[in-house]
Amino acid sequence: MVQLATRPGAVDAPASPSAEVPAPGTMEPIIRLVDVSFYYSKFRAVKHVTLDFAPRKITALIGPSGCGKSTLLRTFNRMNDLIPGTRIEGRVLYHGLDLYARDVDPVEVRRRIGMVFQKANPFPKSIYDNVAFGPRINGFKGNLDDLVEDSLQRAALWNDVKDKLRQSGLALSGGQQQRLCIARAIATSPDVILMDEPCSALDPRATLQIEELMFELKENYTIVIVTHNMQQAARASDQTVFLNMDEDRAGYVVEQGPTAQLFTNPKNQITEDYVSGRFG
Amino acid sequence: MSAIRSAAPATGAAVRAALSGRRRDTVGIAFQVLLLASLLFSLAVLLVLIVDVLGRALPVFADRGFGFLTSPLSSNPAKAGVFQGIIGTAVLGLLVAILAFPLGLATAIYLEEYAEDTRFTRLVQINIRNLAGVPSVVYGLLGLSVFVALFDAIDGNGNGRTILAGGATLAVLVLPIVIITSIEALRAVPISIREAGYGVGASRWEVTRKLVLPSAAPGILTGTVLALSRALGETAPLVIAGAVLGSFSGLTFGTLFTGSYTALPMIVYDWSRRPQEAFRADAAAAIVVLLAITLFANGIAILLRNRSERTW
Repeated sequence: MVQLATRPGAVDAPASPSAEVPAPGTMEPIIRLVDVSFYYSKFRAVKHVTLDFAPRKITALIGPSGCGKSTLLRTFNRMNDLIPGTRIEGRVLYHGLDLYARDVDPVEVRRRIGMVFQKANPFPKSIYDNVAFGPRINGFKGNLDDLVEDSLQRAALWNDVKDKLRQSGLALSGGQQQRLCIARAIATSPDVILMDEPCSALDPRATLQIEELMFELKENYTIVIVTHNMQQAARASDQTVFLNMDEDRAGYVVEQGPTAQLFTNPKNQITEDYVSGRFG
Repeated sequence: MSAIRSAAPATGAAVRAALSGRRRDTVGIAFQVLLLASLLFSLAVLLVLIVDVLGRALPVFADRGFGFLTSPLSSNPAKAGVFQGIIGTAVLGLLVAILAFPLGLATAIYLEEYAEDTRFTRLVQINIRNLAGVPSVVYGLLGLSVFVALFDAIDGNGNGRTILAGGATLAVLVLPIVIITSIEALRAVPISIREAGYGVGASRWEVTRKLVLPSAAPGILTGTVLALSRALGETAPLVIAGAVLGSFSGLTFGTLFTGSYTALPMIVYDWSRRPQEAFRADAAAAIVVLLAITLFANGIAILLRNRSERTW
């Protein structure tokens, strides 16, 4: 097992961004994809993706249905390993370390690169146990109550649930469940949080709450979000990556850049057509 | 058909004409009656059986009271009791639970959570399903040629027809049922729960142990109940694998695992073939005892299931 670099912004040590992060432009990418292609058996879902993800930014992956956004996202924490018959080419570097190197333990990777899924999926356990699950299996030594409270605070859920921590996580509303899942992801002190269309099942108000939450979280975490919703990408992200599906149905990166620029002044005609709603 | 054509102008009169005058849904009602009739028929058959058995059994219990439960087998119907049968059936049930449950559950977990989906594992699964449909007599032969022979060899005196051989035979008989129902229960656990577990850095074992198994527990327990009930009611495999059909003396706790044994279904079978009419009543009483034991076992399992089912 490889010891990964200690992560900045752990739960117990709110980071001061200025101390650790160099000025924009000179930032070390926290995740770097080098010529990544991904296959489901013979089918190539994503091809030749090379991208950098800056720390403590929100990067949105947008693109039409089936262009491989989620597939690409799931290569960051080796979630795709769980699907039989899949294969990756190229390299996924996390703090410079190849996550697919032979001696890397995928379980350890997922503790540092957390994930929030499309459909809120709390465990059928109490709210407290949902948040405490990750720390418990990771052998957390410390005050679990404090960690649970802190994680729920960060997920902007504490005030809603502080009096019913022993109640089922499934009894919460859809938006609260999704925030519970975010709290659960935070509790293992990751430094990257992957979000796979986290708002697609939520109403506008809950969606806005999640977006505000993301904005607060980026102080300490790097967030990569897949979204179908272009307004969401435009509102809530710093960087945007636009993927499209090529004629062989493999997804590829068309354009990437600061969100404002990509939406207002795209370099590529396809990007312009997509962000202006002409297809997709 | 011109589905796109706009409807007639919605005047009040037109709407009233279209929506009122509801006709009876004759086919629907007929179907409902048919379903109810099926249900009532099944219930009636069950009721007749119970009433018939109870009607014959009650005089025996009235005459003999607990004596019927505590007396050993006998060729005299007025003295014969089911003590050995109760002990035999209880021990067999325990043996089946101890042997088949862990083995079946482990197999199911391996096949569903660990094994890759290859042609080989699919072949194994299909064969397990087929095994569940094999007549129980065949398992009796297996018990005779494997377990009885094995215990013969251990005993050294050719005395392998023990309750251990019988219990092992019944365990193998219900093993496919335990495996299949456990697989179904594991499969019903949503993939999203597993993903959530892996997402916070749980290993495969942690996901299985802490998330999947608790969610699947009610289904697994239900399957085990079914399997256990089946095992307790089996006669044919035990006949072949060496349970005693007819009376025998003895059966103390010292010889429980090395001596002769019988079970309630065996006693029912034996007594109902006897020429004396009085044994017919004894057989009915033995059936009642068997039913009670089966219900008791099921009750325990249902209690366990309800405790594990505390839905969140």
